Amino acid sequence: MHYRAELLEKAKRAINKKAALGPDVDLQEFEKAGVAHKELTDQDLLRLPEEEKKQLIMSGLDPTEEQRSGTFFQMDTKTVYCDVKQKGVEVIPIRVALQEYEWVKDYYWKLVSVDVDKYTASVELNLHDGYVIRALPGTRSVYPIQACLYLGKEGLQQNVHNIIIAEEGSELHIINGCTTSPHLKRGAHLGVTEYYVKKNAKLTFTMIHNWAEDMVVRPRSVARVEEGGLFLNNYICMKPVKSVQMYPTTQLVGENAVARLYSIIVGSPGSEHDVGGRVYLKKPGCRAEIVSRTISNGGKIIARGHLIGEVPEIKAHLECKGLILKGGVIHAIPELEGHAEGVEMSHEAAVGKIAQEQITYLMSRGLSEEQATSTIVRGFLSVDMPGLPYQLKAEIDKAIEASDKDMM
Amino acid sequence: MLVIEDLQVELAGQTILNHIDLEIKPGETHVLFGPNGSGKTTLLMTIMGYPQYHVKKGKIFFKGKDITNMPIHERAELGIGMSYQRPPTIHGVKTRQLVQICAKRKQGVEELARRVNFEDFLDRDVNDGFSGGEIKRSELLQLMAQDPDLMLFDEPESGVDMENIALVGKTIAMLLQKDLEEREGNNRPKMQKKLERTKMGLIITHTGYILDYIAADKGQVLYEGYLSCVSNPREILNCISKSGYKECVRCIIGQNS
Repeated sequence: MHYRAELLEKAKRAINKKAALGPDVDLQEFEKAGVAHKELTDQDLLRLPEEEKKQLIMSGLDPTEEQRSGTFFQMDTKTVYCDVKQKGVEVIPIRVALQEYEWVKDYYWKLVSVDVDKYTASVELNLHDGYVIRALPGTRSVYPIQACLYLGKEGLQQNVHNIIIAEEGSELHIINGCTTSPHLKRGAHLGVTEYYVKKNAKLTFTMIHNWAEDMVVRPRSVARVEEGGLFLNNYICMKPVKSVQMYPTTQLVGENAVARLYSIIVGSPGSEHDVGGRVYLKKPGCRAEIVSRTISNGGKIIARGHLIGEVPEIKAHLECKGLILKGGVIHAIPELEGHAEGVEMSHEAAVGKIAQEQITYLMSRGLSEEQATSTIVRGFLSVDMPGLPYQLKAEIDKAIEASDKDMM
Repeated sequence: MLVIEDLQVELAGQTILNHIDLEIKPGETHVLFGPNGSGKTTLLMTIMGYPQYHVKKGKIFFKGKDITNMPIHERAELGIGMSYQRPPTIHGVKTRQLVQICAKRKQGVEELARRVNFEDFLDRDVNDGFSGGEIKRSELLQLMAQDPDLMLFDEPESGVDMENIALVGKTIAMLLQKDLEEREGNNRPKMQKKLERTKMGLIITHTGYILDYIAADKGQVLYEGYLSCVSNPREILNCISKSGYKECVRCIIGQNS
């Protein structure tokens, strides 16, 4: 455990290090002590109170586990349910994994540095749990694995570390929902995620954030994609939250590696989102696409995107589109960085309102003004995410559908 | 029946239409001619109810109701529909969805689309990258689904290639029940069949090609915001192609003075 001691040492030195972006959060205001929860069975999952179940479903966790290859469920600081149904796929709580599997240390804090800022440091110093999900070489997950990080205790700072490994030639789909009890108001969620997409592997990771109004959220994640690998990352946040700041990085390190990052964000009054994606294209044939759709209903949204082409024969595109519906701010910051001749990079950014012409066109087909507006907004948010299994697509459509009422 | 009385319309503070009187009876189709910028599209958009076209004077009645200040979607529900010349692109909304909206139901969309050769476009975003002909077929498909009683066509043949013009023409004829005589199982006398027609149409055309497919009842010329005398559409077209709109202007001036 020598390496853990070193990591802790490094973390201690960074505990007051402010993040490069986003409002600074005073972590001392939050509790970090463990919260007792009993472990659940699959039957217990079904017997959860209806309102709790609704929260889970809204964040992509289906308590019936139908059409899912596995489930990971962490309440506050404790993993309460962990089950995998498909051979060749492993789902292990990270604390267990750290104790029992020697190989985990080759992945733990290998992409994200423990001393990036006080949030990464705090996760290491007070690690609650998180998961390791791994698809063995050549395994194809038929259905997505669902994971849910749930916050129930008022004022808690939840510290999570996840590691996802898609071994060579494997295919893995994950729905990761983050949500709170319907009664929770204030809390913090710090989550470190390290993604490893190996040669010719395919990983789809869909994160649904379904927070409470006074939540601060600081995810820190890095993905590494090897030759011929595909990393599809979808992010959806349509519910109020006090502050989310994240700028996940993807390293395309092998030839023909591909990353596609899609995000859908709705900013409500009092919410602040500083969200983006950064992709390094390091080998010829790499391709990257970052697409964001943001809507402000009075919130503040900073939509970032940064593509770095380091070698020739790479192709990358960045698209930030924002609609301001009911006040607020949308700040699109697209960045392109080419370091070699022969890079092909482009971006498209637009912030505006719904064209009146589109509304009247639909009205002349019989829709009322509200119905027309809602149809257009839903269209705006329904980004085509290529290669998504239909269960994931259905989850995303459900999230859009459910928040439609809140938006209008 | 559509009745327009002494209509005056402004767009962005400028008077576009003046003293417009128009009457379209059930079963009738009118053709509207006029040079660019004469106000033809304004007239259609005003009937449809676009709020930027301000009615300063006069009234519009449809099916006996004063619709002068009625919102667009209520006019659509009352039975007015329009085929646009340059409809907007709506990203993320599929053509299929829009046709379902028009039809107020989910079934039968494929069948309708087949009739205008448009099945392959149902899963494309509304008007996204459509060619001129594709736009027209999409508009006609929406009208077929909507099945309004009064149909306003803004240059239905513009941008349509020679091959598709027949399809567009025949579809409009079908929408306006101009093909009743040819429909199977109808053996009643011709005059009686004409009486069975209830659909009303107002068509803007520059070329008149559409007249090869649709027997229009009346033609009118709109010039600098004024509407000319009602006449046979073929005669008007001949007059315009021989002597230009100027001749028609003389006719209007002759009438109004």
